[in-house]
Amino acid sequence: MRISLSLRAIAGLLAALCIVPAMADDDGHERRARGVPLLPQYQQECSSCHIAYPPGMLPAATWQRLMNNLPRHFGTDASLDDATVKQLSTWLTANAGTYKRVRVQPPEDRISRSAWFERKHDEVAASTWKRPAVKSAANCAACHPKSDQGNFNEHDIRIPR
Amino acid sequence: MQLSLPSPLSPRAPIAALALACATLVPVAVAATPVELLAGYTAQAGAPAVPARGQQFFTTRHGRDWSCASCHGNPPTETGKHASTGKPISPLAPAFKAERFTDTAKVEKWFRRNCNDVVGRECTAAEKADVLSWLLTLKS
Repeated sequence: MRISLSLRAIAGLLAALCIVPAMADDDGHERRARGVPLLPQYQQECSSCHIAYPPGMLPAATWQRLMNNLPRHFGTDASLDDATVKQLSTWLTANAGTYKRVRVQPPEDRISRSAWFERKHDEVAASTWKRPAVKSAANCAACHPKSDQGNFNEHDIRIPR
Repeated sequence: MQLSLPSPLSPRAPIAALALACATLVPVAVAATPVELLAGYTAQAGAPAVPARGQQFFTTRHGRDWSCASCHGNPPTETGKHASTGKPISPLAPAFKAERFTDTAKVEKWFRRNCNDVVGRECTAAEKADVLSWLLTLKS
């Protein structure tokens, strides 16, 4: 008990110092399931245009490529100042997905092209994706109302008509 | 102006120091008012802003897929919608959303990104002044 408390204290201190400790790979599955708390700066910058996707949904190499290409980010300029890019890249790399299905870099660097994503959504008809209220597979919140809090629980899914 | 700084012995001091250390990792936001920003762009442009020209700039496409209004709406006094992700965008006109044009770094970031998307280059100070002057004519 004492050990776990002091570990928590150390983790808290590191977080306060803006340093995110890199965690062991074997913790990846559990972390992916519950999601890590989002870095406030990450949340703020990325959620201007889309939900701040959980870092565990892409492998580190994909995040690095995305962060190195923000001025050409899926057809729009999402450029940031160098200091912020560095800060977010470091955090994303430390918290990137390592679970077996996430380890593979998806085509086009798209979460929605990941094998695990396609498998999880294989019951969704092509016409459903095209509904005006959904519009894009990037629009998680259309069907996962709590996705902005990292909650993709299937009991909370509401598919708009 | 009154500044209350924590004394070195205050228990808040380490927290304040940490907050400052973290803040220096990213650009510090510079607070401003829309009118001050407009004055800055107008001074850079070296000519008065023309609201009608700003409206024209905002609502027409510039040889590409999107206009400013594609995401912000026309007039931008209600919640808009991101043209590719569908994410809601709060009203752009300051009279309809008080935080608009109050953070210099944020304003510059978005002019840079959105002008690149809409016009294919960064906007000039005159263009920014025109658009902002038009937005300031929109009243609730």
